[in-house]
Amino acid sequence: MSTVDARGLSCPEPVIMAREALKSNESSYTIMVDNTASRENVARFCRHQGYNVDIKANDGEYTLEISK
Amino acid sequence: METDVKLTKLASCAGCGAKVGAGTLCQMLDGFKAHFDENLIVGYDKSDDASVYKVSEDTALIQTTDFFPPIVDDPFLFGQIAATNAISDVYAMGGEPKLALNIMCITDDMDKETVRQILKGGYDKAYEAGVIITGGHTISGAEPIYGLAVSGFVHPDKVLTNSNAKPGDVLILTKPLGVGILTTAAKADSSLVSAELLDRLYRQMATLNKAARDIMVKYPVNSCTDVTGFALMGHSFEMAQGSNVTIHIDSSSVPYHREALEMADMGMIPAGAYRNREYAQSGVTKKADIPLALEDIFYDPQTSGGLLISLPKKAAPAFLSELQQSVPDARQIGYVTEFVGNSILIEE
Repeated sequence: MSTVDARGLSCPEPVIMAREALKSNESSYTIMVDNTASRENVARFCRHQGYNVDIKANDGEYTLEISK
Repeated sequence: METDVKLTKLASCAGCGAKVGAGTLCQMLDGFKAHFDENLIVGYDKSDDASVYKVSEDTALIQTTDFFPPIVDDPFLFGQIAATNAISDVYAMGGEPKLALNIMCITDDMDKETVRQILKGGYDKAYEAGVIITGGHTISGAEPIYGLAVSGFVHPDKVLTNSNAKPGDVLILTKPLGVGILTTAAKADSSLVSAELLDRLYRQMATLNKAARDIMVKYPVNSCTDVTGFALMGHSFEMAQGSNVTIHIDSSSVPYHREALEMADMGMIPAGAYRNREYAQSGVTKKADIPLALEDIFYDPQTSGGLLISLPKKAAPAFLSELQQSVPDARQIGYVTEFVGNSILIEE
């Protein structure tokens, strides 16, 4: 399982990182972001690629658990 | 021209997507002291595109400013788009732009020719609009910025505000939406948006709203604004609230670039679209089951977008037919009624 830390970055950077990571075609990923626009965009992208997305919020940061 | 340093890479936020949210601005300006002046026709209170001050019985002065970080890498094109966008606010008030001042921030990475090309783009569009650039102010800073402060004139009785839409009006939008999403996608990966589409977007953003304005003033238009950073939803919300009416959007009639649907589904949505949603969504009721991606396009910040024009239904066919000869993308996108429950209703 790969982890992508996109905290501190604004769109479209986190989506670009998620896109790069998903190319390895693993069954699950953890992606961390720290703003709502990135949370929504990364979730949209991963769902569009056929993954399930589970989002956990913690003090302004979001951990997206991506799985197939 | 292309330069070694990519202009858009120097910017954290592209074009009108950099605009601070409308709600945030309102909070920051709340409670400030301002002189009452009976000649001030349009001030801050109506969230309009520009201020308008009556200087004589037949002349009112329009003032506005707009500037943003690069939305394209070509400096000449960036200058053209920034100037087109800044001048648009005068057209949105029904006025004729006349004078402008450059507003610019340059970074250490930018060479002289790049700066010159940005300014040249601005002068090019100003010339096309009949505007004289008489000076300006340039600073150095962390991100490139370019825009104009523009002054124009209008007859005091012919001012078109964004708060006078009337029940019985129809709404016309003059440029297709999706620019923010598609330029965000292009910034993420240039292979996501075809060169042909990008070229169309650039030409659209560098097209003055002059033709639309010149035709509009011949018709009994009640209200007008330009659709820029606050998106179709944010600007419609301001128009509906200011006019105390409900705006009905025919979702299937709204012009937009089809390619933006897939890019929205891929998460290529500018942060400004989320700010716009936060600002306007309490004023929007969905009566139609439209895809989320289309909704995103309605909240997508537009750089140098088109005019949103409200005029009586009976005047619309002749207006639209004349308008489409010069502005072929113009479409009727909805209508206005008395207030019926919410500011905006999105319909089939």
